[in-house]
Amino acid sequence: METTQPAVMDSSSPTAEDMLSLQNINTYYGPNHVLRNLTLDVRKGEIVCLLGANAAGKSTTMKTIFGLVKPRSGRILLEGERIDTLGTDAIIKRRLALVPEARRVFSRMSVRENLEMGAYMIPDKAAVLSGIEFVYNLFPRLKERDKQTAGTLSGGEQQMLAMGRALMAQPRLICMDEPSMGLSPILTQTIFDTIQSVRQQGVTVFLVEQNAFMALNIADRGYVLQQGQIVLTDTAKNLLTNDLVRRAYLGG
Amino acid sequence: MLTIAALSAGPTNTFLQQIEGGITLGAVYALVALGYTLVYGIIELINFAHGDVFMWSTVISLVIVQALGVNAPLGGFALVGVLLLLIVAGMAVSALINVSIERIGYRPLRKAPRLAPLIAAIGFSFILETIVALWRGSNFVSFPQFFPIGSFYVFGARINYLDIFIVVLALGLMYALNWFIQNTRLGKAMRATSQDPEAAALMGVNVNRTISITFFIGGALAGAAGVVYSLYTGFVWFFTGFELGLIAFTAAVLGGIGNIYGAVLGGFLIGLVQAIVIQYFPGGNGVAWSDAIVFAILVLILVVRPSGLLGQQVPDKA
Repeated sequence: METTQPAVMDSSSPTAEDMLSLQNINTYYGPNHVLRNLTLDVRKGEIVCLLGANAAGKSTTMKTIFGLVKPRSGRILLEGERIDTLGTDAIIKRRLALVPEARRVFSRMSVRENLEMGAYMIPDKAAVLSGIEFVYNLFPRLKERDKQTAGTLSGGEQQMLAMGRALMAQPRLICMDEPSMGLSPILTQTIFDTIQSVRQQGVTVFLVEQNAFMALNIADRGYVLQQGQIVLTDTAKNLLTNDLVRRAYLGG
Repeated sequence: MLTIAALSAGPTNTFLQQIEGGITLGAVYALVALGYTLVYGIIELINFAHGDVFMWSTVISLVIVQALGVNAPLGGFALVGVLLLLIVAGMAVSALINVSIERIGYRPLRKAPRLAPLIAAIGFSFILETIVALWRGSNFVSFPQFFPIGSFYVFGARINYLDIFIVVLALGLMYALNWFIQNTRLGKAMRATSQDPEAAALMGVNVNRTISITFFIGGALAGAAGVVYSLYTGFVWFFTGFELGLIAFTAAVLGGIGNIYGAVLGGFLIGLVQAIVIQYFPGGNGVAWSDAIVFAILVLILVVRPSGLLGQQVPDKA
């Protein structure tokens, strides 16, 4: 089904281009087999999106990548290095960042403190300060709320904060779990514009989205997840016109 | 069981004297309450062994003082040196015991049903008490009074030098704790972990290490409290931690468990309530009633305002 670069379909031999590679991942929650032999890869500089219905295993995929859930079998490689055996903090040290589902900002900490937490791994204080400046330029709304506790922000502002917080880690790869959830169309547009500008700065993006149309419009490639299995992968352009995708995720 | 300065001092202002005693004892309660609240804040566990972690510091203090052969009031460098030694040793021992308990007992049970670590905590409480009872005996042992005896009067209330020392030490430690939690990288990691451990891990925080540090700090504060409590009461007993632990736990709940300012407020309030009850309870039997009143307060808060006076806001624990 892969049309652009069929050579990469052989997942057992990741290329040097690969940023992230999941190989035959099986993840369980107790007796429930959630991810079934899941294989996917994200190449450097790409925006890749993962589509799927509720409970298809999208968030579990993210949690598995970040070591919050351990896969029972399979391997996860970050630029060729195995990370599925590492703890979450060690994975973050390798400059992966996640914008988690439902934002998960630290609600009793100020906006600035949240951003500082995002840069927890970065010892250079000057770099942290310039990171905060960078995020405030990206989202001027956050700058106005600098000292406010994150719990008092609107949903859209919290999403900006969650994204800013992830960028503070200066990630090579940023993963986002439903960044448009619960947001107005205008805010969703802002978030998607930001994703594109983040990619232009050389950050690879792996995106889980329910808003398939918007996600495929900015993505290079996509995967479709059903009941824990990848059932389809193609370029974003082809997926937009694919019958299965149109029926299941584009409402047409 | 409480030595109230008022009983022997012959003060001219009984009420203020009770306030003075309440503040002193309240400072000890607050230090111990902080340990309950820090641990609850980060892993939502009532560490029922915490009172016994406190008690271990009183025992270690006694062992050191006996080994040094100190049995009369000291002054100058000798006083400072012995105090410093006891506080450092007491804090270190209690901190290490607390960290070990977490490592051995609570960490493996972190994903178990909540009752499991709670029962483990009660088990550790018995273990810590039993070891001391077997090692030092189960009787009261008097603690050598090496702190200079002396006092001055303010508005008719007698204030002992020791009381000043206790309150100043407690306030100093509370200030240091607050500064640490608000300003340092580790302090921020503790706050982040207590709000959302998974999100904290996603920032690169080592959650297990952060929890260990929390137990270390909570234990150290109880250790400091243990040293001054021995000086204050003049005795050491293997069962001291049980009662004092429950009172400090009440203080933490009163202030709002999980909230460090609440623990301090609750500690001082409970100290004051006890002192007032002891003096003014109808029928003149206040000493006997004081614990019952404290635990009545505990039941009352749990029923009327479970989140305590300063309570934690629950909704943001999404």
